[in-house]
Amino acid sequence: MADAQEFLKDFPLLNHNINGRKVAYLDNGATTQKPEQMIQAICGYYGGCNANPHRGAYALSIKATDIYEGARKRTAEFIKAGRPQEIIFTKNATEALNLVAYSYGLHNVNAGDEIVISISEHHSNCVPWQMVAKAKGATLKYIYLEKDGNLSAEDIETKITERTKIVAVTQVSNVLGLKNDVKAIVKKAHSVGAVCVVDGSQSVAHMAVDVSDLDCDFFAFSGHKMLSPMGIGVLYGKYELLDAMEPFLRGGDMIEYVEEQDATWAEVPAKFEAGTQNVGGAAGLVAAIDYLEKIGFDRIEAIEADLLNYALPKLRELPFIELYGCDSTQDNKTGIIAFNVKDVHPHDVASILDNDGVAVRAGHHCAQPLHRYLGQNATCRASFYLYNTREDIDRWIESLKKVRGVLGYGA
Amino acid sequence: MALDDVYTEVLGEHSRNPDHKHKLSCATCQMKGKNPSCGDEITIELQVEGGVVKEAAFTGIGCAISQASTDIMAELIRGKSVEDARRLANKFISMIKGELVDEDELEELDEALALKNVAHMPARVKCAVLAWHTLDDALKDQK
Ligand SMILES: Cc1ncc(COP(=O)(O)O)c(C=O)c1O
Ligand SMILES: [Zn+2]
Repeated sequence: MADAQEFLKDFPLLNHNINGRKVAYLDNGATTQKPEQMIQAICGYYGGCNANPHRGAYALSIKATDIYEGARKRTAEFIKAGRPQEIIFTKNATEALNLVAYSYGLHNVNAGDEIVISISEHHSNCVPWQMVAKAKGATLKYIYLEKDGNLSAEDIETKITERTKIVAVTQVSNVLGLKNDVKAIVKKAHSVGAVCVVDGSQSVAHMAVDVSDLDCDFFAFSGHKMLSPMGIGVLYGKYELLDAMEPFLRGGDMIEYVEEQDATWAEVPAKFEAGTQNVGGAAGLVAAIDYLEKIGFDRIEAIEADLLNYALPKLRELPFIELYGCDSTQDNKTGIIAFNVKDVHPHDVASILDNDGVAVRAGHHCAQPLHRYLGQNATCRASFYLYNTREDIDRWIESLKKVRGVLGYGA
Repeated sequence: MALDDVYTEVLGEHSRNPDHKHKLSCATCQMKGKNPSCGDEITIELQVEGGVVKEAAFTGIGCAISQASTDIMAELIRGKSVEDARRLANKFISMIKGELVDEDELEELDEALALKNVAHMPARVKCAVLAWHTLDDALKDQK
């Protein structure tokens, strides 16, 4: 596809030679590369507008405040939140999910209640719920998978019950790359009076997200997986829920009045943004949103689908490759491919590919329960984005063909 | 660096067909080691008698580098005194950290020398040293 070439020029890192050649960067599930436009936005902020927002009456501070609050508005539009106050900036998706666990979970889950998550959750959408369940004497229940890797429809139906207080699921699995029908899960959660937390870390950069249409109660994602800098993340929450919640972190900027022994809280969203915030990161996030919307998610999805459809048949031709999550018949596969090379440990595979300038991830991808469920100690994962080309796929496949030989196994 | 400087024939042989990967019924001590970051997990079993490592074996899962390194280590320390085994472990670790390069000094590491170039692969250093750190831990209170 010609498209990718058109975008490639915007990404400085992908145009540099590393060890004498350009990198075939196939680890976008971990973090994406950054376009020049986003990098310039950060430089522009620190070079021309830097001041502590919300704290000064002088022009620069007002400008920084405008940039920060403008980013909130832009982010609300991007995911179709009802109002900007429903956007809380965090450090990353992990912090956003912890905020919900601590400020909502600990106060609304009681002994005997249930929290339901899926077995394919990232540790960030699992371990905080373990904490809540343990602290409150609640039960953590799992939605397991069908043979093809999709969430079990039966489990969704039977495990979410009158006792369920929170349902937390990812919109796209970071290992299997399968899109979940979160709208239906939200509906089911609401039907029993539970709230639904959606982890959008692997979706928001790859498909149009409309939190109002999903009707989810919370939605979390990280900027760095969508062209933005590391250190800026987002929690969307419905206003009434946020308004009723306790703060997460306490300190400057999140208070109304502070007495010697007591304090009252600022309004949402300031209540959840203690201390000096990442304004430069927010400026970068806006530039990334601009960049993505200019291209449009239809095109981004088409590019990723082309890469997927190009790669899968080639992988299936290799008898020593085992694929995970690649047999869904629901037309819900995204550009994430988990695989193993027969007899070879994923870390060796990744090192050997690295030697050819191909970057893939190896390990448990912060999803140990899923790997245990799949009976795999670890897997390799290739994940695509809009700047990847068919040539990247070719380099990946060619390198894969060498792997077993390097370790002395026959083809 | 060329790939076969790390994935040497010695490494391939020990990872595909480890001689000492089994349970040890006569073990007098046992130690687990793991790299949570990459998932390598080994259990080393030793038979130590009279200050000498009479037998060494291991079980576990992991990458070729960690598995081969453990097998080579087990071979090397069999019959060595506890003191010598710990000294060799520390020597190996120094080699992988790139702190010790003198060839004469390193010679006694024997087959373990085949792992020398892992020193140039920062992402895999932990895999190579896992067994040796675990051994050192296991032998700490052995006389
Ligand atoms: C599905 C999913 N959830 C949560 C996270 C956590 O993201 P972060 O490490 O940026 O907080 C990730 C990324 O690693 C992810 O893929
Ligand atoms: Zn390893």
